[in-house]
Amino acid sequence: MLDAGKTETLLEVNNIEVIYNHVILVLKGVSLAVPKGGITALLGGNGAGKTTTLKAISNLLHSERGEVTKGSILYRGERVQDLDPAALVKLGVIQVMEGRHCFEHLTVEENLLTGAYTRTDTGAIAADLDMVYTYFPRLKERRRSQAGYTSGGEQQMVAIGRALMSKPETILLDEPSMGLAPQLVEQIFEIVKAVNEKEGVTFLLAEQNTNVALRYAHYGYILESGRVVMDGPAKDLRENPDVKEFYLGMSDEGRKSFRDVRSYRRRKRWLA
Amino acid sequence: MPDQLLYAMEAGLNGLMAGVMYALVALGFVLIFKASGIFNYAQGVLALFAALTLVGLQDGQVPFAHLINAVFGTDLHSFGWTLPAVVAIALAAGVMVLLAVVIEKLVLQHLVNQAPIILFMATIGMAYFLEGLGDLMWGADIKKLDIGLPQGINETIDTLTYNAFGYGFFIDNLDIVATVVAAVLVISLTLFSQYTKYGRALRAVADDHQAALSVGISLRFIWVLVWSIAGIVALVAGIMWGSKSGVQFSLSLIALKALPVLMLGGFTSIPGAIVGGLIIGMGEKLFEFWIGPMIGGATENWFAYVLALVFLVFRPQGLFGEKIIERV
Repeated sequence: MLDAGKTETLLEVNNIEVIYNHVILVLKGVSLAVPKGGITALLGGNGAGKTTTLKAISNLLHSERGEVTKGSILYRGERVQDLDPAALVKLGVIQVMEGRHCFEHLTVEENLLTGAYTRTDTGAIAADLDMVYTYFPRLKERRRSQAGYTSGGEQQMVAIGRALMSKPETILLDEPSMGLAPQLVEQIFEIVKAVNEKEGVTFLLAEQNTNVALRYAHYGYILESGRVVMDGPAKDLRENPDVKEFYLGMSDEGRKSFRDVRSYRRRKRWLA
Repeated sequence: MPDQLLYAMEAGLNGLMAGVMYALVALGFVLIFKASGIFNYAQGVLALFAALTLVGLQDGQVPFAHLINAVFGTDLHSFGWTLPAVVAIALAAGVMVLLAVVIEKLVLQHLVNQAPIILFMATIGMAYFLEGLGDLMWGADIKKLDIGLPQGINETIDTLTYNAFGYGFFIDNLDIVATVVAAVLVISLTLFSQYTKYGRALRAVADDHQAALSVGISLRFIWVLVWSIAGIVALVAGIMWGSKSGVQFSLSLIALKALPVLMLGGFTSIPGAIVGGLIIGMGEKLFEFWIGPMIGGATENWFAYVLALVFLVFRPQGLFGEKIIERV
């Protein structure tokens, strides 16, 4: 089990505030630390700010008219929030966007090759393509098909494989479970775990599926309307009664009715 | 063979050649539309500007001579050289690349993530600006473009067909050159976009801007690249059309002829631009030949548009347009 205190912190987000279109305040001071070689989960419901946090790090915010107005983002101790996405990819930080975003008209293999766009060691690219195919044998079968015609699970594999082709140190993985059958979700997470262990890639993953995410992650942060409301080792979070109740749908008395949960939420908002 | 059929064959062949010229212009549109979803209204003016620049450089004209003379009271007109055609073409291509950089810096960069209609309006503005700039730089007079391309009737084809059918076909040498140039251009563009890293990046950007950004493709670089290529294609179109009918303002109107070609071939397909051009070129000549006399002629002005309209009804993405992928 990785512990944030003992290993080197690779990525550090300090109290950032993000504003879209100069008016919409989305993140109201988010701080987190991602240890090298770990899987860190960013949890929370819709609109909690998970995607925005990831995009703030990868700097894809800019093309959506969003801006980090306060706080700082450090990667290996250096400020990275003014770099463009390409520079970050070269540094080793790449994002896999929510909703997969494959290049529909390119074949699966061409999609993977675009991941290597920023690389200069052209000789090693072919070997990495083989590496990706060993993690995703399914993609090898479908390498010549247009990505737009592959299934949702295959597209998610393409998106992750494409990121791997950049030889990343850190992958920001946004909502890998979206729209996939539970069995496939499990399969994708298994691969994430394998890549983490064998290739030593650090993951920061945003997930709504708290249950799965906490089983695979080492550490978790829970976001609610733009703030971190709780964090801790994944094991502790799994055992936490509030997390159990709000995010895992369980409590000591077994499953609760949705109505009770809602009233509890309302109460909690008053307390907060 | 009956005379009527021979005449029709000759008209059809000439139509094919004219179609290649349309396709050359359409190509520029396709490139930019494919990569950025922008319908570049300025493509015709780019061809005009490229041709003006080529003539100006070749004849050693001083750019902005009128302006300089008016401001400083000098009397500059010419550097007094005549550049070899190859050098002048290379320099003009350089100017087009420079223009692409400037367009990206001054216009496109500030319009990232805006609606396509806004980018379209920006290209309208660019078209009129470039038209004025061309006039200011090189003067508004009609110029003769001569880079030594062969012109006039091709004797070989004339003799061959005369011996075979007893009637010599009139095929212009310039049209043959244009066909060869277009073929080389299309083949090299296709190879570039299918088999090179930058070509792949270009297609990736066309599919999904955000995802392209996320893997580290710089949109700014890709746009400069695309506009440079479109500028060079415009230069080629400008050379061909300029050699045929002189370099003057009306050169920019060839863009209007490219529109139906695009509707027919599809806005996103390079081979589509060529095939569309050929169909329209041949179609309008044959239509004029057979149906024209019955309805009083002058069908070439509208035939292409009517054909394009029919296509829009039955196959809106054009013959070769990218299928919109929808998974169920």
